[in-house]
Amino acid sequence: MPNLLAQLAGVFAPLSLVTVGGGQAIVADIQRQIVNSHHWMLPKQFVDAFALSRMAPGPGSLLATLIGWQVAGFWGAVVSTIAIFGPTAILVYGIAHLWSRYKGAVWQQAVEAGLRPIAAGMILASGYGLLHALDGGWVARGIAAGATIILLRRRTNPLILLAVGAVLLTGLQCMGV
Amino acid sequence: MEEPAHQFVTIKPSALQIGLIFSRIGLTSFGGGLSGWLLREFVQSRAWLTEEEFLNGLSLAQSLPGVNVTNMAIWIGYRLAGTKGAIAGLIGIILPPAVVLIAIAIAFASVDRYRIAHQLLDGAAAAAVGLSLSMGITAARRVPRRIFPAVAMATTFAAVAVMHWSLPWVVVIGGTTSIAVSYYQLSRSRTDA
Repeated sequence: MPNLLAQLAGVFAPLSLVTVGGGQAIVADIQRQIVNSHHWMLPKQFVDAFALSRMAPGPGSLLATLIGWQVAGFWGAVVSTIAIFGPTAILVYGIAHLWSRYKGAVWQQAVEAGLRPIAAGMILASGYGLLHALDGGWVARGIAAGATIILLRRRTNPLILLAVGAVLLTGLQCMGV
Repeated sequence: MEEPAHQFVTIKPSALQIGLIFSRIGLTSFGGGLSGWLLREFVQSRAWLTEEEFLNGLSLAQSLPGVNVTNMAIWIGYRLAGTKGAIAGLIGIILPPAVVLIAIAIAFASVDRYRIAHQLLDGAAAAAVGLSLSMGITAARRVPRRIFPAVAMATTFAAVAVMHWSLPWVVVIGGTTSIAVSYYQLSRSRTDA
């Protein structure tokens, strides 16, 4: 058990410091490590956890908390939460008072501009990985595509979208599609 | 709200108040768009921070690794009530939603044996993947339409999605290169101007 907790920390702590562009960016690598390297979850279980984490409020990185819970129970959740939020929290805390002094400095703009394409590539890779792990065939992929288009066009409450997706897929499968 | 309160910030809140506000924001936030919420709570209605302080914090939160709203919780908490405030903000934004998430997972596990529960979750998952994809497309649209950023984005995608390279390496190597190129271009355009 202590070994498993250490492994969970080993997965999430390094990812904490490379979460650029938000929690979505690291989903691809979490999937690779949890499903492919450690075999703690099946692809389908991983997408389920992702969906559940999207149903709950709060930061998207709570996916780590849920994975920790499912892999190693209460302490797994605690260790994974600390590992995913702790390193960045300490960094932000340390830099908090330094940053405002350098507002507008060239290097600060360079960090923001330079990380933007990297973050975009990471988030796209996460979407791609999740799409491949979806259960429910072309109907599910169609719902994913439809949800993507709706979200790009207008501000939509994600919870409503998840509910519509759930009812739609269930309805279509019950009708034998 | 009669007085122009955002001009001078006087009474600072306690760590407990900060923790409670972030708990409420954490529990009512679904899928982003949080900076507007934070601005309203801390700048506009309570005037605990000036708008400039807030925006400085936001640029910090966006530039450093981590989730923006979590970074903002630490930054605002620290500004308003020091170390205690930072800890209160962080716990407020993480703990209550984490408890809700585990409760949802337990509830799902208890109906795990019914086929319809899986169908519903599969459908919700499909829509959730749409959340991830649309966020990726939005992020990609904000990337400047020049050769270097486009190549950096495509290379990152390929390295992570296709080659399955380890993310820390991709970010350290790709991020450093990309920041260096941006720095070079920005400092050159400044001397030109």
